[in-house]
Amino acid sequence: MDASLAIDIARFQFAFTVAFHIIFPAFSIGLASYLAVLEGLWLWTGRQVYLDIFKYWLKIFAIAFAMGVVSGIVMSYQFGTNWSVFSDKTGPILGPLMGYEVLSAFFLEAGFLGIMLFGLDRVGKKLHFAATLMVAFGTFFSAFWILSVNSWMQTPAGYEINEVGQFVPANWFEIVFNPSFPYRLVHMVLAAYLTTALVVGAVGAWHLFRDKANERARIMFSMAMWMAAIVAPIQVVAGDMHGLNTLQHQPAKVAAMEGHYDTVKGAPLIIFGLPNDEEERVDYKVQIPGLGSYILTHDWLGEVKGLKEWPKADRPPAAIVFWSFRIMVGLGLLMVVLGFWSLWKRFKGTLYEPGWLHRAAIAMGPAGFVAVLAGWITTEVGRQPYTVYGLLRTYDSASPIDAPAVATSLAAFVVVYFILFGAGTYYIFQLMSKPPHTSEEGVKEGEPIRTAGTTPIAGVKPDEAAHPRE
Amino acid sequence: MPFDLAFVWAGLIAFAVLAYVVLDGFDLGVGILFPFFENTRQRDVAMNTVAPVWDGNETWLILGGGGLFAVFPLAYAVVMPALYMPIILMLLGLLFRGVSFEYRWRTTRWQKLWDWSFHGGSLIAALCQGIALGALIQGIDVENRAYAGGWWDWLTPFSMLTGVAVAVGYALLGATWVVLKSTDRVQHVAYRMAWITGPATLVLIGIVSLWTPFLDRVYMERWLAFPAILYAAPVPIFVTVAAASLYFGLKKKRDLQPFLSALALFVLCFIGLGISFYPYIIPPEISIQDAAAPHSSLLFLLVGAAVLLPLILGYTAYAYWVFRGKIREGEGYH
Repeated sequence: MDASLAIDIARFQFAFTVAFHIIFPAFSIGLASYLAVLEGLWLWTGRQVYLDIFKYWLKIFAIAFAMGVVSGIVMSYQFGTNWSVFSDKTGPILGPLMGYEVLSAFFLEAGFLGIMLFGLDRVGKKLHFAATLMVAFGTFFSAFWILSVNSWMQTPAGYEINEVGQFVPANWFEIVFNPSFPYRLVHMVLAAYLTTALVVGAVGAWHLFRDKANERARIMFSMAMWMAAIVAPIQVVAGDMHGLNTLQHQPAKVAAMEGHYDTVKGAPLIIFGLPNDEEERVDYKVQIPGLGSYILTHDWLGEVKGLKEWPKADRPPAAIVFWSFRIMVGLGLLMVVLGFWSLWKRFKGTLYEPGWLHRAAIAMGPAGFVAVLAGWITTEVGRQPYTVYGLLRTYDSASPIDAPAVATSLAAFVVVYFILFGAGTYYIFQLMSKPPHTSEEGVKEGEPIRTAGTTPIAGVKPDEAAHPRE
Repeated sequence: MPFDLAFVWAGLIAFAVLAYVVLDGFDLGVGILFPFFENTRQRDVAMNTVAPVWDGNETWLILGGGGLFAVFPLAYAVVMPALYMPIILMLLGLLFRGVSFEYRWRTTRWQKLWDWSFHGGSLIAALCQGIALGALIQGIDVENRAYAGGWWDWLTPFSMLTGVAVAVGYALLGATWVVLKSTDRVQHVAYRMAWITGPATLVLIGIVSLWTPFLDRVYMERWLAFPAILYAAPVPIFVTVAAASLYFGLKKKRDLQPFLSALALFVLCFIGLGISFYPYIIPPEISIQDAAAPHSSLLFLLVGAAVLLPLILGYTAYAYWVFRGKIREGEGYH
């Protein structure tokens, strides 16, 4: 009893710390690419407004990246402290992948971030742009490795099991490019782009209400709405493909997502309902006949497996998966609506007239984060009761730690995270509340920025000829 | 049997840990000494001496932890639960001090709060690292590839002592670093700190060294039996040399010599630990080879490490070169 309590607390702790952590990379992956686009536009067109917007978001990027790194340190130790059996068994495979993630993040941090933050006046425009591109590429590369790790846990491949029960590598290519990895990578990177676009759109909309002539706010809002209009529909397609991939490899997860307990031909699409694992049925359901089969099998009468195909001990908890999936999809569809609505306004020539579209964009500002979290809850809870799908159970993965120890550390993490990241988020809001103005100043020098890393660039003298000092 | 990469990796991880200890050691030390500077402007200078480099310093910790998971998963899986509380506390301490670098400069009303968070976080992180070291030296219970002890096993008089020793040693590194990087009044204060932490560090090294052989027979044989003593004996001799160098460096008010001497003390203690531990990664149960991942895993990551580590090292060295020189009051780090 005590052991299973300790494991449940450890699960909650992991969920809490990883949920906090994912928010910052989801934002910084998208923002890094956005910054690269802005700088590219500035170099291409020579227009000062793009540089202003670049510098405006660069300050926010610095804080978000810092919080991502800090919360990431905790993650790299938590596998060992709370999930030691998992670490021992999967270390030979997942360890090197995470090692690559650490090395690439390390390299990126040490090398290019400092140039990006402080180097514009020191290394010249082209080299600076190259650094910005490298940061964008580096955040993507980090995501590549960590999603490969996660995908391997969902769809393990390329492994053997040795005499002491460890998973050992047989084929690295199959490990890295395991079956669910390409779909997950695309889905997550698009999610990061959408998340960032919605934040940028909300900030642009907010400042349009104050001053609809502010050209920087106009550009932000316009670019963000293009992203919503183009990427949100692509994300729906990518999500559907990811779902079909899941159906192929983890049908129990899809059954939980859909709320199907019985295996039937011509399954309905349940829109709402309360999955009841005890009674093995969905209470109060609202459904559309046949549509579930059509979406999953592209055939109105296709057979869809229900949760009863698996023993109760091998099923994920349906209610959490069912609802988090609906939150994600619902928000995704709202993003599509927002994008099309903006196209209509753009067509009518009233995109910059503050109105209901802009109120909606502000309200949707955090929607990307919520959708990302809901999506991760869907896929991670849907993987239960396993950590390595079908092979290693969650209850066989945990450290031999007593419940009071785990509970104490959980309480400490909750308190500390809310204080520290609350403060960081407050500072980000402070920056966002200032309107983007002309000749925006960049990251202030002389104020140490954590993410400056071991950058030598701040020590290099600015180009005195181009920027004479007073 | 292919060439045993386990020892290559053991060397690399030992190097990462040493790099972490000496590099983050001095910036944690600055945090430990933070309240003992005389005013806010001195604290500004002290923080600015480490601001451009501390983050890179700390990344070695992630590399050490991540590397251990990748190439010695069994050691990672045993050590982390055994040192559960000190590790978690250390992480929390590092969180507090890490964000202080950023937040302290964004507020005047709450600046005192972030000063204390910088100091408290640094002190707790240093104490916990020392405690973790002590707990590792005194031995960890292992059964069936898992930690078999309780969650307070790490707490002993010996581990308390090593905790204090590491914190005081870091303070010495921090003080001598500030001596190197500052001028005038700040430097004067830093010299005074070094005069206190220097002798204290040496006394604590002495007590830990004398105590260690009595913890386990293996350590006793390593250090006090013939012929092993021939290999081990130079270490205490060099410690004496480093201590003398520290003394004269401080007495003659040299800039660089005290810091280098303090670094030498840490490197020598680390070598001493290596002599005690080898060939175990978790004494007295798990050897380097027991804990290693299969050859294929070691090789896969080694390729990346062989390319990126030299780049990172070169870059780090260049960064320290660019940021050479003194920080004066009212200046940032440029």
